[in-house]
Amino acid sequence: MNRTLAILLRNPLSLLGLALVALVVLSAISADFITPFPEHAGAVVDFANFNKAPEWPYIMGTDLVGRDLFTRIVYAYRISLILGVVVLAIAVPIGVTIGLVAGYFGGWVEYVLMRVTDVFLSIPPLVLAMSMMGVLEPTLTNGMIAVTAMWWPWYTRLVYNLARSEKEEGYVLAAEVIGASKAHVMFREILPNCVPSILTKMTLDLGFVILIASSLSFLGLGVQPPTPDLGSMVADGAKYLPDSWWLTVFPGLAILVAVFGFNLVGDALREILGAEQ
Amino acid sequence: MREPSRVTRPLLSLRSVSKTFTTAGRMVRAVDDVSFDVAKGECLAIVGESGSGKSTVAHMILGIYPQSAGEILLDGSLLPARRALIHRRAIQLVQQNPLSSLNPKRSIGASLRLALDVHGIGERSARWDRVGQLLEEVGLPADFRSRAPSTLSGGQRQRVAIARALACQSELVVLDEPTSALDVLVQARVLKLLNELRAQRGLTYVFITHDLSVVRNVATRVAVFEKGRLVELSPTETVFTNPKHPYTRRLIGAVPVVTAQEAELRGRLMEKSNASA
Repeated sequence: MNRTLAILLRNPLSLLGLALVALVVLSAISADFITPFPEHAGAVVDFANFNKAPEWPYIMGTDLVGRDLFTRIVYAYRISLILGVVVLAIAVPIGVTIGLVAGYFGGWVEYVLMRVTDVFLSIPPLVLAMSMMGVLEPTLTNGMIAVTAMWWPWYTRLVYNLARSEKEEGYVLAAEVIGASKAHVMFREILPNCVPSILTKMTLDLGFVILIASSLSFLGLGVQPPTPDLGSMVADGAKYLPDSWWLTVFPGLAILVAVFGFNLVGDALREILGAEQ
Repeated sequence: MREPSRVTRPLLSLRSVSKTFTTAGRMVRAVDDVSFDVAKGECLAIVGESGSGKSTVAHMILGIYPQSAGEILLDGSLLPARRALIHRRAIQLVQQNPLSSLNPKRSIGASLRLALDVHGIGERSARWDRVGQLLEEVGLPADFRSRAPSTLSGGQRQRVAIARALACQSELVVLDEPTSALDVLVQARVLKLLNELRAQRGLTYVFITHDLSVVRNVATRVAVFEKGRLVELSPTETVFTNPKHPYTRRLIGAVPVVTAQEAELRGRLMEKSNASA
């Protein structure tokens, strides 16, 4: 614990990352209380105040139908985080299990599983998600499915490589000689030794999932109006640059803050967990 | 008539056992037509230089991989290529490297308990106490069970590995260079412990080593391997005083010579350190 603290304090960037992540997560959780116009997260129009530059009480200005941008950005964080967490909650177990099985069993099992994974990895992620969203209806749920489909192979790759080196360790042989089941060896012996790498990647990925989801909605394939989404806010505002700059700049900055924050925390986590090994 | 035959029946028998590996299209004969018996309660040392096939023999006895030809009998019954739980329980292993043979992410107690859980030894609720007893039997405090392997020294870890081999109450323990990763003083203590356990529990050892001074300390008989063949099998004293095979003579000749004075001094020191251990 002291070492963790020391690493954090030595590296001011990881503290900044923690601060940014805390800002994003806490604001998303308490959105109902900290935003001045919670109802603006939905289908509200207020033409008296449309397209206003930042001024009190609209600290980030208003959009083209008069909704408070700050409110919508905070609610967009909430959607993005839910999407990120759900995607990882589904993609990580799938990817980790396939990677463990492929890495531990080897032989034709490994061959089949890893070639399937390679097929998914060979398609550019955005193209894969776009084609899926093209077939499916663009909703939040389908957005999650599309991003999940492109995300699990990375965990398979990661865990496959870890499992292949871990299975040469003496403790795996010891468990096998005792007669432990394959499931025990994979999930109770090998998996705990992969957890630091998986956790690090998950933290880094939370930022990237938000980025990809925003890219999808930027292209009109993600979350649909009136649900606030950072990607579609940037896309909508881009038509009014540079005059109504706040429409693009603030949602863009919001994406930056989230991705940057999770990246810094991920890097710090890698250092902390790596140092403890 | 039945009684004497049961006494003289060897615990472990290898009958014309061979092992060929195929690497890069080439056949490598690692073990070539090897036959020997291991009597109950003895310690058979298998010596030879690297690549002589001694570890391959150990792995075949343990059933880590099957032999290419020949048969292995335990207590008169044939050991199948795919070992059932009962066979796993009967033969235990102590590995060379105590740093890797214990899972760094699991507590000492969890690693020891695995053997009890897999084979259903003892009441579920009594197993944690049994783990403590096992640790005490190898000269470690019982509360080590909640510690992580990284907090133990090499010698302590090797004691844990020995405790794990005892957990199944098997008669036969394969020791794969159990002391070669330890420094000399710790080596002496671990050898003393192994000797005591064999005497108290009537254990049978197959002791793989390349260290002839270790052989002299523990073995009742010595099997000398050269290039996959068993070239000599004699009682320990005979091997050292009257080696028959030229390869055995070369092996013994390669042992660093100490003067009689130095040997006596070392012997006295060893006795002291053993007494204090």
